[in-house]
Amino acid sequence: MKTNPMKTTPSKTDTWWALFFLGPWLIGFLVFTLGPMAASLWFSVTRFTLPAAPVFVGFDNYGKLFTADPRFLGSLGVTFLYAGVTVPAGLILGFALAYFLNLKIPFARFWRTLYYMPAVVTPVITGTLFIGLFDPRHGLINYLLAQTGVAGPDWLLDPRYAMYAVMLISLWGVGGGMIIYLAGLQSISTELYEAADLDGASPTHRLWKITLPLMSPIIFYNLVVGIIGTFQLFTQVWVLTKGGPASSTEVFNIYLYKTAFEYQNMGYASAQAWVLFLLILALTALVFKSSSTWVYYENEVKG
Amino acid sequence: MRSSLSKKRSEAREILLAFVLVALGAVAILIPVAYMVGGSFASRDTALLSPQSIIPFEAKRITIDGQPRFVYRVIDAGREREMAVVDRKQGTWVYADPNRPADRKELPALGPEARVLVPTLHFDNFATVYQTIPMLRYLINTVIMIVLITVGALVSNVMVAYGFARFRLKGMGILFVILLATIMLPSQVTLIPTFVMFKVLGWNNSWIPLILPAFFANAWNVFLIRQFLMGIPKEFDEAAKIDGCGPIRILLLVILPELKPILITVALFTVIYVWNDFFNPLIYLQDPNLYPVSLGLQTFNSLHGYFGYLNAAASLMLALPPVIIFFFSQKYFIQGTVVSGIKG
Repeated sequence: MKTNPMKTTPSKTDTWWALFFLGPWLIGFLVFTLGPMAASLWFSVTRFTLPAAPVFVGFDNYGKLFTADPRFLGSLGVTFLYAGVTVPAGLILGFALAYFLNLKIPFARFWRTLYYMPAVVTPVITGTLFIGLFDPRHGLINYLLAQTGVAGPDWLLDPRYAMYAVMLISLWGVGGGMIIYLAGLQSISTELYEAADLDGASPTHRLWKITLPLMSPIIFYNLVVGIIGTFQLFTQVWVLTKGGPASSTEVFNIYLYKTAFEYQNMGYASAQAWVLFLLILALTALVFKSSSTWVYYENEVKG
Repeated sequence: MRSSLSKKRSEAREILLAFVLVALGAVAILIPVAYMVGGSFASRDTALLSPQSIIPFEAKRITIDGQPRFVYRVIDAGREREMAVVDRKQGTWVYADPNRPADRKELPALGPEARVLVPTLHFDNFATVYQTIPMLRYLINTVIMIVLITVGALVSNVMVAYGFARFRLKGMGILFVILLATIMLPSQVTLIPTFVMFKVLGWNNSWIPLILPAFFANAWNVFLIRQFLMGIPKEFDEAAKIDGCGPIRILLLVILPELKPILITVALFTVIYVWNDFFNPLIYLQDPNLYPVSLGLQTFNSLHGYFGYLNAAASLMLALPPVIIFFFSQKYFIQGTVVSGIKG
């Protein structure tokens, strides 16, 4: 961000123009962000079913969430399980792909396009496509398993396996993060590698001592985006299982949707949203805090 | 010398390994897509093959005695030949030679896996989808939303980005931090009051809740455009100012032409976002006449889940536009992702 060295008070016309141009965002921020945030905080301490007006109930909703609603805790568990597997797997696979593509392998542009494609395919379709693959009788996945002598489960109807199906689908979209890594890798100056070569560094050495440290800010960025994205997961699951069987794929957002729009329980859903917000805030804060130990910023050393 | 040779060799080995892994992964990425494309030309017969076939195979049928007959691979006197079933008795069937229908033989009955398969393309699947659901209506709805939302997004985001990049206001720094913070805000926190607000205003079950917010700028796009705008030299503005241009004319005549690449990026992301958006239409729209393609096709898919082939044809129609747009404008996408990722 710019800091102005010659700090003078902005002229009146400058202020008016600034307000004019920022207007759409300022209004939007008040009407679609700040206002709703305050309202949702208020709703979260009420019993509120449309069209009736909200009735203040204190912290009942929050109390119920953590003591009397196993389904909510279950949805948190499912979401964390999903995040715990797909965020690291996505980071590693995305990085590996970008690293490989950056080795000047043949047809690199073609591969890049292909891997990024799932990122523009509608989640509605991603879900539909995999329903066929996971079909217990005619699906390819169980056919391949059968070839190796394993009897595949009924993926989408068995509470023990449905979540794995959802996770596998998320890995299909791994190309989204890859693009960002690739751009980062291409911006690392070749001089560093040449210097390492002169010192006789092995490829593994180069990866650990040059590439990974220089890429750490981008890994960090993808980690934060990945965590936030995980909690927004909705459409694929909705298309695939609607949260079933037996709530085994009921991730946070699915339960929230059902609470608000199927059971019309706006107050309780708002409390859920706030718990989610605080959780994400805490998680991101943790990641940011840890970043000083593993994220390396070039400017820090130079400056 | 020798060490450089061995190094070249190890590099070549590394590239080969990378190539093989990337190609294998690409197969995994392509399999679902191949099923979708193949499936959209398939028929119910194909859907029942096990494992499901990518190529739309279908059991071969020929007409004998005015009726369609399945053709089987029959072992006749130790020799395999293709014959059509004309009559079924217990345990044995009557088979006829397809070329000489009068030439008949009684042989053991066979299972469906012995049927002769031929690839058959059913182009009419797309027409069937069109006839089963008001596809044209959905398409028109989506296009109207895309146009209005994209226009709203471009106008509002450019204005705000220009304001942040070129003007000064007390507290501007704090405002910018707030703007960035809203990128991290999970949408669930504002979802319910926004829904309630639109409902109280009587605007639910209309496009207003989907379109209106686009006219009030979006933090992500503002950030993207602002980053780009900061790279345009201020001397351009100054020169125009000396020529007597006000801020609006500077924006329209000087800044806007320079912003073209990033505006294309923002427009493309918006178009694809709206085309793919499922959640917002799902919560706000109840009248099927207002559905966009995404919601319409999902409704269709969940109703016709059994017939995989119509499902695939519908999905292909929904998937194709964003993929085509992406193929022809890759550099803008990559620019958008990279600006946000590297500088973020």
